[in-house]
Amino acid sequence: MVKVQLWGSLRSAADGRTEVEVEAKNFRQLLDGLRAAHPGLAPQIERGVSMSLNGVIYREAWFTEIPPDAEVVLMPYMTGG
Amino acid sequence: MAFDEYQKREFKQVGTRPNRPDGVDKVTGRAMYGADMTLPGMLIGRILRSPHAHAKIKSIDASAALALKGVKAVVTGDDFARPEDDFLRDVQENCMARGKALYDGHAVAAVAAIDAATAKAALKLIKVEYEILPHVTDVDAAMKAGAPIVQEGRTLENVPAGMSGNVTSHSEFGHGDPAAGFAKADKVVERSFKTAATHQGYIEPHAAVASVTTDGKADLWCCTQGHFFVRTLCAGMMGMEASQLRVTPSEIGGGFGGKTTVFIEPVALMLSRKAGRPVKVVMTRDEVFRATGPTVSTSIDVKIGMTKDGRITAGEAYLRYSGGAFPCGTIDMGGQAAFAAYDLEHVRTYGWNVLTNRPKEAAYRAPGAPQAIYAVESVVDELCLALKLDPLDVRLKNAAKKGTKSSYGPTFPDIGLVATLEAAKKHPHYTAPLAEGQARGLSCGFWFNFGGNTCVSLNVNTDGTVGITEGNPDIGGSRASVSLMAAEELGIPYEQIRTIVADTNSLGYNDVTDGSRVTFAVGLATIKAARDAVRKMCLRAAKIWDIDEEAVEWKDGAAVPAGPNAGRFPPMTLAEIAADSFATGGPIAGHHEVNVDGAGVSFGVHLVDVEVDRDTGATKVLRYTIFQDAGKAVHPDYVEGQMQGGAVQGIGWALNEEYIYGRDGRLQNAGFLDYRIPVASDLPPIETVILEIPNPGHPYGVRGVGETPIVPPLAAISNAVSRAIGTRMCELPMSPPRILKAIGTTA
Repeated sequence: MVKVQLWGSLRSAADGRTEVEVEAKNFRQLLDGLRAAHPGLAPQIERGVSMSLNGVIYREAWFTEIPPDAEVVLMPYMTGG
Repeated sequence: MAFDEYQKREFKQVGTRPNRPDGVDKVTGRAMYGADMTLPGMLIGRILRSPHAHAKIKSIDASAALALKGVKAVVTGDDFARPEDDFLRDVQENCMARGKALYDGHAVAAVAAIDAATAKAALKLIKVEYEILPHVTDVDAAMKAGAPIVQEGRTLENVPAGMSGNVTSHSEFGHGDPAAGFAKADKVVERSFKTAATHQGYIEPHAAVASVTTDGKADLWCCTQGHFFVRTLCAGMMGMEASQLRVTPSEIGGGFGGKTTVFIEPVALMLSRKAGRPVKVVMTRDEVFRATGPTVSTSIDVKIGMTKDGRITAGEAYLRYSGGAFPCGTIDMGGQAAFAAYDLEHVRTYGWNVLTNRPKEAAYRAPGAPQAIYAVESVVDELCLALKLDPLDVRLKNAAKKGTKSSYGPTFPDIGLVATLEAAKKHPHYTAPLAEGQARGLSCGFWFNFGGNTCVSLNVNTDGTVGITEGNPDIGGSRASVSLMAAEELGIPYEQIRTIVADTNSLGYNDVTDGSRVTFAVGLATIKAARDAVRKMCLRAAKIWDIDEEAVEWKDGAAVPAGPNAGRFPPMTLAEIAADSFATGGPIAGHHEVNVDGAGVSFGVHLVDVEVDRDTGATKVLRYTIFQDAGKAVHPDYVEGQMQGGAVQGIGWALNEEYIYGRDGRLQNAGFLDYRIPVASDLPPIETVILEIPNPGHPYGVRGVGETPIVPPLAAISNAVSRAIGTRMCELPMSPPRILKAIGTTA
């Protein structure tokens, strides 16, 4: 199981929690797992999210492997100037 | 891993300062900018804009305009299909209003005519019947109950019930229990801040030439930071397939994030489709100010607690950003960046995006971060003053470092903030004496940096030179940096490489030139493309020598036999392999396509000395020094230029630049005479100190550098001014009237 940290305003979409667990080996499975376990997160996932894996931010990387005990943080999809 | 890890190496060309490849064209006037493109039979397009901040468009009658001799087409919002996708629909309706004009300057119709005078005359003949609606341009006013609603039904599910209909999104970041942290503090400061919307101030106005043919093909030439994205947006609005719309970027006269979207391009395309002839649209400066994308305007509350010895016990911020008349995600980045420089046990930010009757925000270097960090760094400075603590020591005591749980969630890997702070502390500037009436300010800055989709082709010519084709408009020296990295990898002189930016049909998709991504991501793809070419050249040499491919390696620009059984052959240079390429298997090229991650965050520290004229309220910047972790500086001239440019734009933002709206909701200062950007005489020498802490996510250790420098100047200058006049400044810009008002308040 991967522990996923959510940002605070997603709490209401995840049964009041800011950390949830899903079964996932990569980013795509993680997003699918989050949608299935917490349908309230789906609108935000559709709008776009990034993932921080052990401190490195990934924006679109479905097949990035998530190693055991990795720190996974969900973040908004971000852009720059 | 989706990225190559850094490997320490001795560079031979990376890190040098060769001549820039675009220098001659730019100083001789030969460079082709957006407005320089001309086609046979080309028409001139002009755009009619709303004179009202908020108005229902009851009708548009273009019959008189169409009857004018020389007018070939008129376009309104009704000519475009309504996209289902919210994002695309917002971009389209920002380019051409549909139903309502949402801000002063919002496009409502456009004409194409045989010349500019006819087009201008035709605009006056278009009759638009408006029903003027109440407007709101201030972010705080727009959040109040009863405020005019800019757009109905745009509130996301994450907005708490009971808020104004202008609030479109809400975000919250952080960890710990700020209330518990504040209870441990010896001193708590709470302040409210406002920052004005500012414009990127690029010198080249937007320009586009579109040519749509009757068989459905189209060409578009425009000045943009991302022509592939332009193609995506315009193809969607025009109902075209991407393959049939070729977009070619011109040389670009500045962007800074403001050219990451479209404003006139789909209008030019639609005019061309209706007229059956090419159409050129060039914005005036007035249009650039009124109808392109400035920054968000903001209102921010910050509360920070600190112990007597300078340890921050908690931080909290409430951020209200307005990205104009359309939903905007910049608030999320402001909320994440606000406290990123600090190692905090208790931290929380709350953010709201709010609709106002202003133009749709576009990115501006590190979007959302300068404003949030300005507010936080101002309060930190005030606490340092109140507790009589050295501001650099306090920042060092609280600095985020490897292992810090960042204020936005992830635990930091290796980062360079402490190194930049220590460099600032050691620098003579920090302890240089100040005269009476002068003061010094400092601020940390932070930005995420990004990678993204990137595609590079590298062609080895038969004379031993190399051509590189990449897909990101060069806004900060990327052609030079790409050539340098290829030269380093191939082992040939920089001068033997020419890098060009290709059109959308010549290369796979490339993300926009934004997020400080190009030297990092295109550089990485170039290195990989060069390695692909090297592998092929080693194979050719192996065939010529009749030895195994594995027995050949690349060294100093040549294939050489490697290992005890490879045989004894003299090195075969790139030029020698290229000369024989037709006989050994055909042309040699390297390619690489990737969606790059691992950009690595960046920190900077700015030191600034100012003097305030207490009679006029004018602030003079006396000395400015920048410290930034740039990763490996590929071409240090450009890195220094990015750092200095950020400081200059920040000086303007801090001291003078602002969108000023009248009570009628109309922009009052849409020109460089009234919107005052800094000129050379406003600026001191700006010293740069580059720290090269390698980014582990790039083979050469490269880190993005383009955005971080815009982040610290706002607070650094505000802290200096506040110390100089003896009162805390809480609003940007600190224009002379605001300074005089503050001094008067103090007196």
